[in-house]
Amino acid sequence: MSLLDDGDGPRRILILAAHPAPRRSVAGRALRQAAREMDGVTLADLHAEYPRLDIDADREQQRAEAHDVLIFLHPFYWYSTPAILKEWQDIVLEHGWAFGRSGKALTGKIFFSALTAGNPEESYAEDGYNHFTVRQMLTPLEQTADYCGMVYLPPFAFFRAGHAGEDNRLNEHVAEWKGLLSALRDRRLDIEAARALPLLNGQLKSLTVED
Amino acid sequence: MDGILLSATIYLVAAVIMVPVCSRLGLGSVLGYLIAGVLIGPVFGLVGSETQDVQHIAEFGVVMMLFLIGLELEPRALWDMRTRLLGLGGLQVTLTAGLIAAACVALGLGWTVAVAIGLTFSLSSTAIVMQTLSEKKLDKTEGGRGSFSVLLFQDIAVIPMLAFLPLLALPELMGTGAEDAAHGVADAAHGAADHGDTHGAGLSIVDRLPGWAYGPVVLAAIGVVVGGGMYLTRPLFRFIARSGLREMFTAVALFIVIGIALLMTLVGLSPALGTFLAGVVLANSEYRHELEADIEPFRGLLMGLFFITVGAGIRFDVFIADWALILGLLAALIAVKAAVLMMLAVLFKLRGRDRWLMTLALAQAGEFGFVLLSFNVQNNVIPPDLQPILSLLVALSMLVTPLLFILYEQVFARKFTEAATTRNADEIDERGTTLIAGHGRFGQIINRLLRASGYETVVLEHRSDLVDGVRKFGIKTFYGDATRPDLLHAAGLHEARQFVAAIDDKDQITALVKHVRRERPDIHIVARAIDRHHVYQLYAAGANDIIRETFDSAVRAGRSALEAMGEHPFEVEKAVRYFVRHDRETLRKLAAAWKENVDVFDNEEYVAIAKRQNEMMMDTMRSDREAARSNALERAWMPPDVRPEEEVDKD
Repeated sequence: MSLLDDGDGPRRILILAAHPAPRRSVAGRALRQAAREMDGVTLADLHAEYPRLDIDADREQQRAEAHDVLIFLHPFYWYSTPAILKEWQDIVLEHGWAFGRSGKALTGKIFFSALTAGNPEESYAEDGYNHFTVRQMLTPLEQTADYCGMVYLPPFAFFRAGHAGEDNRLNEHVAEWKGLLSALRDRRLDIEAARALPLLNGQLKSLTVED
Repeated sequence: MDGILLSATIYLVAAVIMVPVCSRLGLGSVLGYLIAGVLIGPVFGLVGSETQDVQHIAEFGVVMMLFLIGLELEPRALWDMRTRLLGLGGLQVTLTAGLIAAACVALGLGWTVAVAIGLTFSLSSTAIVMQTLSEKKLDKTEGGRGSFSVLLFQDIAVIPMLAFLPLLALPELMGTGAEDAAHGVADAAHGAADHGDTHGAGLSIVDRLPGWAYGPVVLAAIGVVVGGGMYLTRPLFRFIARSGLREMFTAVALFIVIGIALLMTLVGLSPALGTFLAGVVLANSEYRHELEADIEPFRGLLMGLFFITVGAGIRFDVFIADWALILGLLAALIAVKAAVLMMLAVLFKLRGRDRWLMTLALAQAGEFGFVLLSFNVQNNVIPPDLQPILSLLVALSMLVTPLLFILYEQVFARKFTEAATTRNADEIDERGTTLIAGHGRFGQIINRLLRASGYETVVLEHRSDLVDGVRKFGIKTFYGDATRPDLLHAAGLHEARQFVAAIDDKDQITALVKHVRRERPDIHIVARAIDRHHVYQLYAAGANDIIRETFDSAVRAGRSALEAMGEHPFEVEKAVRYFVRHDRETLRKLAAAWKENVDVFDNEEYVAIAKRQNEMMMDTMRSDREAARSNALERAWMPPDVRPEEEVDKD
């Protein structure tokens, strides 16, 4: 059976975006902008909403409950998220709400991380200088999602983000991002197949069901 | 005396009726004044030939206007527009004068007469155009700036024209012409005095000087204006500011403008140019906005008076006698001027509607046209019998100008709106100015923070010693009482993006916020609140962000006190965050119960809410220390086993 909390109608997507230096964000900015322009997608700029990091647990819980897909959108800082997303987890994922006997608020929701990384893709491998794959690095997020009963998808990553302007890389990635979001929203993405992949990147065609 | 009162009443009544009507109809104030003039002059005959004299006084409004324009133009900005000034302005005058002269020759006039007419009609009306541009908020557009460059060049060009025109004198008019046109001569002498004529004016000192001394005297006069503006005005203003008498500022401002006009007249330069120069010199002064606010009403009234006299001076008898010819000439004049302007607009790469704005705005003859005409007749350059028709042409073309602006707005501005919106998108880093009222302990911090982050601010401070003091640290503020509406306007309230009320007095802050909100429903207002009750008042007054002036620092002091008791700093931080959040919530609840005219101690609902909220906070913060009953302070960091039981067990 599927973990998925299946319903019909479009899925509502919540993107929790974090970038502590928004002025220096290039790839991230393009991804945030693209998401803002999509129907059925809520983009929350966490650093703008909580510039002093005092996250409002009640508000965040209500917002999460009102969506079917949760996405962290962030730069890959020290193989993890910026601090505010960790703070978000610490404060929002309460016992009795996200976990515990009565904590079922997130059950069946889809979760993954969309990140921008500075190093090239091949460095994230056993024989690369980062030694682990991105998915491996994010196992704490994967386990957190699992602990809260969510459906974890592999990360959607943009590599060498400092060279976003080269060729047409960023535009292609943004197009893929939009495709991914709309496929998720319109229930055209093969979730079960996606769960097994190392990355969501480059798989959109094979994962999408035409209707 | 009675005569003056009667005339003043007629002028004022006409203006008070016609100008608001025209403004309401979207026709602009200039057309209102012109129509008022036509009504009291040629139509009802309430005023007669004295309008000529009134006009010479009213032309002083143009001098004041150029002073105000100069104040808004820093020397750097003037230098930056030199290409446009000389290129655009120079070509406009030369080409227009040439074409009109050629047309006159074709109509059978002698070449000297033709050249004189060409030069006279090459000028446009600074008064009408600048007034209309700023009224319609077009002065900051590319078309508006181009128009201003042309007008400024024309104002400068009048001086060499006055020197050159007498050389074109017609031999056959010599001797008799002056007596024949006695009235015209008197006029010209009067008008020329206002405009710095070296020949007819009794006030000039330079014509009695030997030729070699002329240059040095003129340079010395300009030196007095520039040097005086740079070094003498500041101590003078400081001295006046200490007196605390507002009308003294008005007196000094008038003295500066009139004194410079007089000085320029004495040495044979244009007073308009002299005051413009003084304005540019003072553009960097702390007292600039105060000066603007003081001169502005005089300028407005004098300009209005000037437009009325133009309307009143229209000779309908001349018009009726030759209406077909005059209408033909008028159309030809406007067509030629517009054609030259259009060509130049294309040459200087103005786009879409800016191109049309400059073309239509400057297609008339100007107030200097009257002066040059009288001057030409007096110097036997133009035969006196041509003067009535030519004067009428100047006046009619000015009367038509507001109509051309309406044509621009209705047809071209609309047609090119789309182009304008796309261009706005590239100009997104136009970040806007923040106007800060008060530069004491509160305003200073705000100003420094904004400036350090690269934002433009305009700061008004009414203590001249403070203005002086911070200037020594390289911080620029403007002297002036921010509670004066005219000063706020001069400081740019109408175009600022944000307003910060940071003055000391509680009631004045409230009044200020109310005023600003009324003037600018769209502006963002940050207000300094003295206490809790002031917050409610400011909220009602329409402030967006209301900051209690001592709250944050008191909270910080409380944090220090808690830490000093040996509390862990982060526990203190959490307590402080809770306290601040709770206080805000309380404030919101209390604001709903607060009544403007009821003392809070008599307001039972208010007292009840305050008591309840306070108990709630005490309860929360105390019980939180006893681990676990309420999780308001640190629920997120609490391990599951110390959570309230009902939550852990509930399933």
